[in-house]
Amino acid sequence: MKRFIADNGSVIVLLALCAYYSVVTLGEQHPNTPAAGLEVAATILKESSEQPTVVVITRDTVQDRAYSEAVRAAIETGGGTVLAVVNGAPTDARMALEQVGGAFSKVDAIATNHSASGWGPLKPQKLKVTAEKFPGIAGIKVFKPRSYTWPSFLTRENLVNVINQNAVIAIIAIGMTLVIITAGIDLSVGSLLALCGVTTAVAVQQMAGGADAGTIGLLGACLIGTGVCTLCGVFNGVMITWFRVPAFVVTLAMMMVARGLALIVAVQYQSALLGGGTEGTPEAVKIEAASFGWLGNGATLGIPNPILLMLALYVLAHITMTKTSVGRYIYAVGGNPEAARLSGVPVFGVLILVYAICGAMAGLAGIVDASRFEGGRPNAGEMYELQVIAAVVVGGTSLAGGEGRIFGTLVGAMIIAVIQNGLNMAGVASYEQKCVFGGLILAAVLLDRFKRK
Amino acid sequence: MRGVDKSFPGVHALKNVDLNVEAGDVLALLGENGAGKSTLIKVLGGAHRPDAGIIEIDGRPVEITSPQDSQRAGIGIIYQEFNLVPAMTVRENIFLGQEPGRVSFVPAGKERRRARELFDRIGVELDPDALVRDLTVAQQQVVEIAKALSLDSRIIVMDEPSAALSPREVEGLFRIVKELKSQGIGIVYVSHRLDEIFAICNQVTVLRDGAYVDSKPIGELTRETLIELMVGRKLENEFPKRAVTKTVETDGKEAGAGLALSNLVGGPKVKNVSFNVRRGEIVALTGLVGAGRTETARLIFGADKREAGTITLDGEELSINSPRDAIAAGICLLTEDRKGQGLILNQSVLENFGLPNLSRFTAGGLIQQKRERNAFQSYVQQLQIKVSGPEQRAGNLSGGNQQKVVLAKWLERDAEVIIFDEPTRGIDVGAKFEIYLLMHRLVEQGKAILMISSELPEVLGMADRIVVLHEGRVTGEINDVKSATQESIMDLAVK
Repeated sequence: MKRFIADNGSVIVLLALCAYYSVVTLGEQHPNTPAAGLEVAATILKESSEQPTVVVITRDTVQDRAYSEAVRAAIETGGGTVLAVVNGAPTDARMALEQVGGAFSKVDAIATNHSASGWGPLKPQKLKVTAEKFPGIAGIKVFKPRSYTWPSFLTRENLVNVINQNAVIAIIAIGMTLVIITAGIDLSVGSLLALCGVTTAVAVQQMAGGADAGTIGLLGACLIGTGVCTLCGVFNGVMITWFRVPAFVVTLAMMMVARGLALIVAVQYQSALLGGGTEGTPEAVKIEAASFGWLGNGATLGIPNPILLMLALYVLAHITMTKTSVGRYIYAVGGNPEAARLSGVPVFGVLILVYAICGAMAGLAGIVDASRFEGGRPNAGEMYELQVIAAVVVGGTSLAGGEGRIFGTLVGAMIIAVIQNGLNMAGVASYEQKCVFGGLILAAVLLDRFKRK
Repeated sequence: MRGVDKSFPGVHALKNVDLNVEAGDVLALLGENGAGKSTLIKVLGGAHRPDAGIIEIDGRPVEITSPQDSQRAGIGIIYQEFNLVPAMTVRENIFLGQEPGRVSFVPAGKERRRARELFDRIGVELDPDALVRDLTVAQQQVVEIAKALSLDSRIIVMDEPSAALSPREVEGLFRIVKELKSQGIGIVYVSHRLDEIFAICNQVTVLRDGAYVDSKPIGELTRETLIELMVGRKLENEFPKRAVTKTVETDGKEAGAGLALSNLVGGPKVKNVSFNVRRGEIVALTGLVGAGRTETARLIFGADKREAGTITLDGEELSINSPRDAIAAGICLLTEDRKGQGLILNQSVLENFGLPNLSRFTAGGLIQQKRERNAFQSYVQQLQIKVSGPEQRAGNLSGGNQQKVVLAKWLERDAEVIIFDEPTRGIDVGAKFEIYLLMHRLVEQGKAILMISSELPEVLGMADRIVVLHEGRVTGEINDVKSATQESIMDLAVK
């Protein structure tokens, strides 16, 4: 039992956090999804006359539009008639009701949602008053999705959102875990992310054909971006092994150089866009190819693509670390580099590989970021290195090297994400959040110390 | 010092040891490796607390529980590894820890004058404002001595002070020792170089296996009687007999088969080493600590950079630039320091076993853990390794079982040349015997074994031939082990 808790401490902490936030955020839920729309349409079809006439009224938001669209489609397939769809303000609703009330003899139902049902024109007394002038809506009924009590933290929407927003951090954390298992550190990941984003963006615009870029062109541009970051990682590794410069120093230098390069490339590009006469500004390099946004903003089978990419990388990394020689070598180098060398492990090669992988992961994260924002942002990823290291440490990887698990890091990243989400929901300001995270990292390391004793 | 006793878990390091230094004496403290000299020095220096015994200075008993106590009692210790801060000046190093107060200014001028006085006292010239890292080893030693004197030490202990010095620097050291002697300071001088003992010491105390053997004025001893005192234990029957003893060919018939080294040079310790190890024989490489035995093994194994010389196996020259090359060529090394170099302590025994053998267990890029496990289990039975399971952490095993795990990982590699560096150090008697049996079995299979050992009984009991090193060179090869004695080996080792 004790052993189980020690081995799965971080998972238990994550579950406890989720449980805590679920209780705290327990409250009335007002569904506003296409699925809720189908349900409302079904109720209308069941409770009203054979072929009901319906007015759909919602606010003018993306979600509300999707909802009202779902209601319209379902009513029409069910044999009903949708007289009007209103996506707007209360006045629009009033005007629409007056119109249909005048034009049609019998309007059966209003399909709306929680937010719009509170509007003045939809209140029963007001409807009665309107019906006196416009008799068509005399028998009208208001339908909206059923509300229920559920923690707002535990909604699919929120959870997907939390994971999606932290997928970038979690992807970089894979590389950082390998580095920290070898008792190293890589501070350059945040800057490499930006460098990759900017390089990829320029490659898409200049080499792959900008707005007309095809899939192969886009993949090629991504390859260039991640390739640059991988080479930066190799450079880190070579400095650390052959030249024996401490990892902290090498990657600190790389952090500054890569950030500088990202800014230089962005500024030069903007300047070239303006004809080269004026100095550019460090703005994002806009990517015009529409399909480039697929990775960052698209979804497959209802799951956002960044999450799928993250999970795939984690599975791959887990297999590599537990089932292949390279994984064993990485743990061995971290556990005792001299014993590893004397057992025939190519220690320098392993270290260079590890830093290269870390660079490549930062590059991949950079592509996700560029795809999400549809442009290479030279200022992206600032302070990410610290967030990533925090995720790895909270996930139970020892900074002394030799120990750590890939999925521990995923749990660590999620713990930080969940706490952040919870603090946001509780309305805690970002300054105060910093204090909380500082304390969290310290607590994680202290916990690790006690576990060892 | 009277009746000093000290035990570590599993080892009785000092058994009722006496030591007596008079003012103006230069006492040689002698003994084989592991005889307890270092432990005794550490007791004096306050690094270890004795379990029993009394230390008296000028007839008054003193209690030494920390390095500070030792300094206050007037004992200055100059360890082989100097306790100096390289980035600070000579003056700052001498007076480190003696600053007048926590917040007051350091009286630099006064310190500089005192440093000069100290150097005058021992008859050397040294700039008090030079940085310690710019000094030679001999000069750094002088700083250590001056530091001891600045603390009004009445007794100065020097642990192998000449080990890292050139012959001319040793002469300088002798002058300083004589100067101190004439000023009435008692000196304990630890050295393996018997010539030096006869040159400057007037009293000798010998330790053996942690026990006090004898104290004699130097005038009553000859080189031979001194060596006898040092190695004097009788040989016990602790070594197994080999079933088939291959007759060692000396006429060159089999000269090609096995490992041959010629003119190996590398690092500061290996100056020119040539010898060979034939298949089917155990060659013992011996000599004193610092003679370059381990370093020679590391050169063969590619762990350190080889500056010159060739290594051939079965007549074929090997190009070995890393341990990986050596392993691929069929050479393996069981290091003396199992915990630091042989095993990854926080990993399981299975992972340690698999590390050099992963290529044998992988299929399609993935490690076949079942195959790895089965291979390991067969060695657990064959070598009788006592483990709770393949998942047990290597760090939790006893020394003997750790050695067996290391052995298992190399046996799985099917190496042709096996280098054992101090194979039985820190291993209890029963496990020792098993490891000796294994070595016999390996040579019977036609492997070549190079065994490095400081324990002369082990060397005499196990080896077919003995190669003796002294300061990085081969000083002797003994082919007729049966008629060799510890004295004859020692004689070659202390040349």
